[in-house]
Amino acid sequence: MIHRDMICPFCGCLCDDLVITTEGNEVVQVDNACTLGTHKLMGAWKNRLKNPIMRNGGGWRDASYEEAIEYAAGVLLDADRPLLYGWSSTQGEAQGLGVSMAELLGGVIDSTTSVCHGPSILAIQEVGHPGCTLGQVKNRADLVIYWACNPTEAHPRHMSRYTTYADGFFLENAFRDRKLIVVDVRKSETTSIADEFVKVKPGGDYAVFAALRAIVRGRADVVPDTVAGVTKEQLVRIGEMCKEAKFGALFFGVGLTMAPGKYKNIRNAIELVDELNRYTKWTLTPLRGHYNVHGSNEVFTWMTGYPYAVDFSRQIAFYNPGETTAVDILARKECDACLIVASDPGAHFPKACLEHLAKIPTVLIDPMHTVTTPLCRCQIPTAVNGIDAGGTAYRMDGVPIHVKKFMDLGYPSDTEVIGRIFEQIKEVKHP
Amino acid sequence: MSDLLIKNAFVIDPINRINGEIMDIAVRDGRIVEDVGQGAEVIDAAGCLTLPGGIDSHTHICGTKVNFGRYMSPEDMRAGREARRGVKHSISGYSVPTTYANSYRYAIMGYTTLLEGAMAPLEARHTHEEFSATPLQDVMANTLFDGNWGVMEAIRDGDLERAAAIVGWTLSAVKGFGIKLTNPGGTEAWGYGKDVTCIRDKVPYFEVTPAEIIETMIRSCELLRLPHSVHLHCNNLGKPGNYACTIETLNLVPDLNEKRQTLYATHVQFHSYGGSDWKTFCSKAEPVADTVNNRPQIVIDMGQVMFGKTTTMTADGPMEFNLYRLHHDKWSNHDVELETGSGIIPVLYRRKNLVNSIMWAIGLELALLVKNPWQCMLTTDNPNGAPFVKYPEIIALLMSKKYRDAEFATVHPDTGSKVVLPALERELDWNEIAVMTRAGQAKALGITGIGKGHLGIGAEADIAVYPLKVDDIDPSTEYQRVIDGFAQTKWTVKRGRPVSRDGEILVHGENTTIWVDPKIRPERDISRNPRFVEMFNHWYSVRMSNYPVQDEYLKRNLRMETEAAI
Repeated sequence: MIHRDMICPFCGCLCDDLVITTEGNEVVQVDNACTLGTHKLMGAWKNRLKNPIMRNGGGWRDASYEEAIEYAAGVLLDADRPLLYGWSSTQGEAQGLGVSMAELLGGVIDSTTSVCHGPSILAIQEVGHPGCTLGQVKNRADLVIYWACNPTEAHPRHMSRYTTYADGFFLENAFRDRKLIVVDVRKSETTSIADEFVKVKPGGDYAVFAALRAIVRGRADVVPDTVAGVTKEQLVRIGEMCKEAKFGALFFGVGLTMAPGKYKNIRNAIELVDELNRYTKWTLTPLRGHYNVHGSNEVFTWMTGYPYAVDFSRQIAFYNPGETTAVDILARKECDACLIVASDPGAHFPKACLEHLAKIPTVLIDPMHTVTTPLCRCQIPTAVNGIDAGGTAYRMDGVPIHVKKFMDLGYPSDTEVIGRIFEQIKEVKHP
Repeated sequence: MSDLLIKNAFVIDPINRINGEIMDIAVRDGRIVEDVGQGAEVIDAAGCLTLPGGIDSHTHICGTKVNFGRYMSPEDMRAGREARRGVKHSISGYSVPTTYANSYRYAIMGYTTLLEGAMAPLEARHTHEEFSATPLQDVMANTLFDGNWGVMEAIRDGDLERAAAIVGWTLSAVKGFGIKLTNPGGTEAWGYGKDVTCIRDKVPYFEVTPAEIIETMIRSCELLRLPHSVHLHCNNLGKPGNYACTIETLNLVPDLNEKRQTLYATHVQFHSYGGSDWKTFCSKAEPVADTVNNRPQIVIDMGQVMFGKTTTMTADGPMEFNLYRLHHDKWSNHDVELETGSGIIPVLYRRKNLVNSIMWAIGLELALLVKNPWQCMLTTDNPNGAPFVKYPEIIALLMSKKYRDAEFATVHPDTGSKVVLPALERELDWNEIAVMTRAGQAKALGITGIGKGHLGIGAEADIAVYPLKVDDIDPSTEYQRVIDGFAQTKWTVKRGRPVSRDGEILVHGENTTIWVDPKIRPERDISRNPRFVEMFNHWYSVRMSNYPVQDEYLKRNLRMETEAAI
């Protein structure tokens, strides 16, 4: 069977033009997707955990969904300070249930945002966000900057759908009419096609932004001969390119958010874009990784007022990144139970956090074995959104898209499993 | 079957010409009926002012830019925090509160129906997701067409029916309610950092003028037989001297509909400015109100500014950037491909600021100078002029000259030479307030026929009982009692069920989303038009098949089908 206009559940591009061919319960062909998306779609059905598993001494035993769900609810009900973490590779409906559950439990809910674009949000909360939808960039941008990211390998269709290689309504020959600037600490696949490659010394991004802001404001005289390894000549050239562009689009990745300077880098980037809007049109967009990490920020925000790291222990929504973020709570050994949904902290968190995760009752909701599995006491497999489950996801630019189900492998969705856990919690906790 | 009887209510129901009668209101299964039996739940209203549920015909409560207003403003969330209790979720926020907070606060003020003023079609799914988390009001969304490429191309080709077909299909696809135009043409120009000045500039590339967009959309609205008229945010918002543009725009509007206005001009306070710069800035409410008085086909809303902190948000992207350059706080912008744009900035309106003081006066002047209350709705363009929780204060200001004078004594001392407010003696009465906050809003939205805005037999049982004994209160002097009374109902009843009592939320309800589905002849179905489909699939960044909002996003909903004339 051929399924058209399907949505890829890999990265924040949320490409929606996939053609997927299935035979029975097997994906046999994926057209239009990038390598990463194709791999996820073609491989996902093969490596699923067959049923929930629970610790059995040093090993594992199979469990029923009823038993695993009851265990998860019990663990959360018993906890004084439960942490509900992850939420970036699941549907918005599950995220909403997660927030309500955290609220009722008096727990903390956080998404992978806190270890990727959390600093971007902190900067936005200070100075705002001049952005747009990706179609605006596609149709208008004659200058694109990728800063501290490598979309060729991390977001492989970003350039063909939205920027460098995409047709643009207002550009006669889009590929020739657009200029591409890449700023990074090293050469990458993306730098090789850039009109300008700006090689910044690690940790020098803030200084380079500041120099560009000065140049754009007409104060090149205060800029020294080199800034973080970049020559003044190149900076002035880039400043001029930015001002002369009719529509410029700056994209940035975790190479900027997690570099020294953290959210101050992003603040400086936003203020550069803001400055450029006094001369021409510029926008800025964080390149979000997980396909629905931005959705977690949206859902958390309309339900609690805050985009991530929300602590309900006071019965009101409290937010203080650095205190209420997952890594900090785990590093302080503060939480006494953890529910992890659709993410893999085992592969990314500091060792001290993982040691604590292994000590407390941790439940993982994920379709497959991951690096987090060995840290858990129970894992509940679910359907993969965009393959055997459907639901809402938000693209990196905030466009909500309905991710579609095209096969049924018999697994419950995250929404169903979390809903069932929540029902059991409500039986005990609800007044 | 659920029966409710509200006894001894002091009822004002302008649509049914009831103005202060003590009566009982019987409710069965969510509708008002002649009578109910002995077993009905009884609320004794004991002579309290009882009105149809409040309707806000222009507010911003759900959707991408509202949520981004929250996202960028953790400082706003530190106000208004309340703990979870009973059926009530925890809430946060003052000017852009969480969805639950919006719903609870509106319910406590007696509001039961809300219109989200601006929904970008491409991002409509988000608005509907938030609607489903708005438990205590029925909701609808005006849909933005100010920079719609398909529409502008149709206008350039002189093809009115194609423009109407695009609007009709889009409303059906995104489950929208009516047509919203925000700075028509200006947001498209903002795509390249430009704007338009008033209604005769050409929109870059598309070579159509805002005047042509407005006229075509008014005629499209009537061809589609939409319940609500075009809802217009005029060009040039917030600029000194813009009143001339506003009057020129209002004078464009033909009288095309017997049942309702042909144009709803929104937050007219922001469009009634005289002077040529901020130094000569002054009120021009009088000529604008005169124009409205002479043109019964026009309804306006005030867009009242109240002092204090708020967050401004609008689809008018270039205006927000200009405002940001005045305020220097923070600025978010979000242009939406082929359709529209938006901007958000926080604002503090200060009594010590002359411009802010004049703005405050202009909104009140408009409401007092427009003679017919059915032509002027009470709004703040929440949260742009102020958060909606300020409505009770605005009501009191309109009912009391004494209160206006007391407030006027606290504003910038030079305000008196720039406005006419101190000379206006008019004090609105209870009936006029009921018109401006529910009956008039229902009529302007075209939803009286589905039982909104009145308490006649068969109407939706959306009822607000205020702790106000009208006969015992002189609103012209006892304005604090008016403010307190309208701030919190004794009972708010939604679809026949009490949802709040003395400020306490009683139920986690389920709203109805009201949307319009114009029935267009199959040969006029624009989704089968090859040129339209090609434009869609080439220039949007989503496929046409993935654009419409699926039915599953609307839980309980009311589809208003219209017999389009195309």
